[in-house]
Amino acid sequence: MRAPPLPRALSSRAPTLLFAAALVALPLVLPNAYYFDVAIRIAVNATLAIALNLLIGYAGQISLGHAAFFGLGAYGSAILVGAFGWPPLAALLASAAAVGALAYLVGRAILRLEGHYLAMATLGLGVVASIALSNEVALTGGPDGMAVPDFSVFGWRLAGERSWYWAFAALLVAAILIAGNLVDSPAGRALRALHGSQTAARTLGVDAASFKTRVFVLSAVAAAFVGSLYGHYEGFVTPGLAAFPKSVQLVTMVVVGGMASIWGSVLGAALLSLAPELLARFEGYETIGYGAILVATMIFLPRGIAPSLAARFGRKAA
Amino acid sequence: MANGGWRTDLSSGFGARAPKPDSAFFRRDGNPAVSQFLQLIFAGVTVGATYALSALGFSIIYNASGVINFAQGEFIMLGGMIAASLAATGAPLPLAVVGAVAATALIGFIVAKLAIAPAREADATALVIITIGVSMVLRGGVETTLGKGGRALPPFSGDKPIAFAGAAVLPQSLWALATTLVVVAALALFFARTRLGKGILATAHNRLAAELVGIDTRRVLSMSFVLSAGLGALGGVLIAPIANASYDAGVMLGLKGFVAAAIGGLGSGVGAVVGGLALGLMESMTAGYFSSAYKDAVAIVVVLVILLVRPSGLFGAARGGGT
Repeated sequence: MRAPPLPRALSSRAPTLLFAAALVALPLVLPNAYYFDVAIRIAVNATLAIALNLLIGYAGQISLGHAAFFGLGAYGSAILVGAFGWPPLAALLASAAAVGALAYLVGRAILRLEGHYLAMATLGLGVVASIALSNEVALTGGPDGMAVPDFSVFGWRLAGERSWYWAFAALLVAAILIAGNLVDSPAGRALRALHGSQTAARTLGVDAASFKTRVFVLSAVAAAFVGSLYGHYEGFVTPGLAAFPKSVQLVTMVVVGGMASIWGSVLGAALLSLAPELLARFEGYETIGYGAILVATMIFLPRGIAPSLAARFGRKAA
Repeated sequence: MANGGWRTDLSSGFGARAPKPDSAFFRRDGNPAVSQFLQLIFAGVTVGATYALSALGFSIIYNASGVINFAQGEFIMLGGMIAASLAATGAPLPLAVVGAVAATALIGFIVAKLAIAPAREADATALVIITIGVSMVLRGGVETTLGKGGRALPPFSGDKPIAFAGAAVLPQSLWALATTLVVVAALALFFARTRLGKGILATAHNRLAAELVGIDTRRVLSMSFVLSAGLGALGGVLIAPIANASYDAGVMLGLKGFVAAAIGGLGSGVGAVVGGLALGLMESMTAGYFSSAYKDAVAIVVVLVILLVRPSGLFGAARGGGT
């Protein structure tokens, strides 16, 4: 028996406001550019994790290739701005739209698969994407990657860790609000019904294939959007952005934080983005640590940290 | 997540020591086109034998427990790395081979007991994530203990190619093929004649019914991991003299093994072998006639198409779908 999902509509605004206030106050305590960089990485990963959680946690469809969409967004902007001289905003929107179209075509086909088959299919597609990024040297610079010009809109240039911090913090808050609204909408209830039982959802009139494809596309477009901006921020993109380890990292954040929990994704992204900074001196042990966290979470806290804590303290139930 | 180098799979290195299809060695006599074709067949069948062993591992665990073991590729990597490390310390080759297979089988047992058994009732997504976690622990464990460098294992009986119709066959390729055939025959006997083998089959058909007739399904679970880990390690040992073993080869090898199992039909023994050989041939033909950079991509796309058109694989029963 799966516990009924907790309704969040009533209390969802207050935590978001508090969180936004904390993001506004954070720069006051961040001492230097390094900490801003870490904060930006957390915000980027949290936004990606929220997008992926809509797919994994709410719709119950695993994706082991989601970094491909992130990487394709980043490369789309890098190529269109760098090689073709497009305005960054146009490149951003075009990349997101192209990734959305790709996700629609792919999703229509592979979302018919279930469980293990879907996991392997998404993993395979991620591998294909990063093989292509590594080998189309003329376009992508190959395994060495390529430089990305600055992001500028109407003559105003986004540069420096502080400016980018505001951009990514705003994006994260927007993602939390949008995801919260979606989850509490009829579409969100349909998604959760799909996660519980596809057959039951179908008998209640939920168009399973259509909902799965839509959330897959939404999740992919969000990842591409963040990818484009992240490429501009870093000023450099490599095929590693789209590779399997990045996909696993995102899944880890979703699972450890808590499937079907937006705040869980934020928490998971924060914890697992900080871990490499703390473990950076122990190369190799980082991989062991990630793996052990995954196994232990699934065995001892199968619902993830945030939902397990919430259940423990009986809050959020109202 | 520092290891972005997972593309350096064993198969991409295969042929590193074999004469290249266009080398002078191999154009000495015969029709070059025929010779090249034969050469690609040999290369494909050799790699395919490893994929077949990996696919058998996938199928055995899937049958016994319904789990798709994403750590299967790490078992192959472990076999190659442990054997090469033992051989480097001066151990005789047969001892290194047996030691690597035994050690990996033991690791498979530990994985089943510590990571899979406690989560028996979890859903497919959770089990996928657990086995991914296990694969990361194994990969990181090898990286920290045996190092990041690639390791070579000496060939079982020399590395002087045997000329055949203008193509060159490495003796190791024959070892890989012959061993795979022996293993497949032994497995067929195991499932048909032994109590444990029959128990695994019964559990695959219906776990509850198997428990009702007194089969210890927990033992079936751990034994299936031991068997699969051993098979994977054997594949890794066989291919290690042709392509260097490396700590990060597991992801790609695991994916290939699953792809092979899916082509043949998950859970089917014959399907696993046919799927492995088909995948190996497909790759070497793609590499030879089209693009070696895209051989992995082509294989994956072909398999996706097969999965979509015929979800139960070429030899699978109608139980496909992974639910």
